[in-house]
Amino acid sequence: MNPPSFEYFAPRRIEEAFDILAKHDGEAKILAGGQSLIPLLKLRLTSIPYVVDISRIEDMNYIRESHNELRVGALTTIDDLENSASIRGKYPIIFDAASNIADPLVRNRGTIGGNISHGDPSNDMPAVMLALGAKFTIASARGERVADADGFFIDAFTTALEYGEILREITLPERGAHEAGCYIKNKKTAGDFSVAGIAVQIRFDNSGVIEKAGIGMTSVSPKPIRARKAENYLKGRKIGESVIREASRLVVSESNPSTDFYGTVEFKKQVLAKITEDAIYMASDRAEEN
Amino acid sequence: MENIKIRSRVNGKDIESEVEPRKLLVHYIREDLGLTGTHVGCDTSNCGACTVLVDGKAVKSCTMLAVQADGREITTIEGLSRQGKLHPIQEAFLEKHGLQCGYCTSGMIMTSFWLLRKNRNPTEEEIRKNLSGNLCRCTGYQSIVDSITYASKLMRAHETEKEGIMVEQ
Repeated sequence: MNPPSFEYFAPRRIEEAFDILAKHDGEAKILAGGQSLIPLLKLRLTSIPYVVDISRIEDMNYIRESHNELRVGALTTIDDLENSASIRGKYPIIFDAASNIADPLVRNRGTIGGNISHGDPSNDMPAVMLALGAKFTIASARGERVADADGFFIDAFTTALEYGEILREITLPERGAHEAGCYIKNKKTAGDFSVAGIAVQIRFDNSGVIEKAGIGMTSVSPKPIRARKAENYLKGRKIGESVIREASRLVVSESNPSTDFYGTVEFKKQVLAKITEDAIYMASDRAEEN
Repeated sequence: MENIKIRSRVNGKDIESEVEPRKLLVHYIREDLGLTGTHVGCDTSNCGACTVLVDGKAVKSCTMLAVQADGREITTIEGLSRQGKLHPIQEAFLEKHGLQCGYCTSGMIMTSFWLLRKNRNPTEEEIRKNLSGNLCRCTGYQSIVDSITYASKLMRAHETEKEGIMVEQ
């Protein structure tokens, strides 16, 4: 079914997009890859009078290394992330997530910026961004500001993005010498949203002690959340069976799933405990290999 | 709402149309262009029966607006055969019984066309992963996977043949 009627704009420059957004104060919506928004419009779960398609704006689709950081344009597709050598080599946690989002056809159009700014608690990139401690460059007619991933996700489908603002770039912090991550998603069928997802990024010092841990969760709370207690617990410890079990227990204690189509609260917590243990093992193995 | 003028290259032919912004690409392809080989299956972005190539990448045409195809190159199932001769992937689906009711087939073929352009010799696992956005409710996928494996052999054989001719020349 076609969506309800709307007026459509396809600006070529980001400044034009700001003007259109300002002109239709509060009523225009940004369209990037459209893999979440178009289904919502088609199913008539929402209707929008003005659609601003930003996908033709130049220079928002790139993966660039600069000063040991990685800068990713918000319009970079999930497929581009999946096939990027620098992503796979330096941030395997992003590769894990990218290669498990929806299906290859959706990944060909869906963008990293859309996946983050849609604010869906079942989207995978938010947890990864929390685990990595990513920063978001947000542009508007007023200029640019930088926001931490931590604090960006306010509630279900609500982020720190204000009307008139566009997520322009994602900055991934420098990776340590013995640092790596892993994302694991448990889903019932191919292409489905997850029962639960977990993002773990671990950095060891030269003696094998955990210097830093970042943990983000998908689908087990009304919004994407960090597992702070588990992060703090891991810091200063060495990896071992009992440490991993305790970290996983803390992650579960910080989750807040609800019973729905994907399972009961108890089931989701059991799934989360298992994938968290697996993800910590995998992240540690990868970090030690570096 | 005002119609918008779009220009795109569909199966190698330049086409200019006026479309309503809300029109989905799949409806534009089927209704405006009359290319009904592209199917609407689930209409909820799950089944992949509507798969076409946009600028060389396989996408679900039910999850894209026609206006987004402005300036893009579109390939549908009708664009695969050459002078009445089936594409090797189509031949392979015939040969290996890669379809039963046929509803999902054009999507299966377009997704595989995208894969085989990137990877001439995919493993069974790669074929299956690549098909995770295309649903078939008849065959249980085995014949589809066999068809694609066979298609990759045919395509490699065609290439070797062509190279042979070039060497002779």
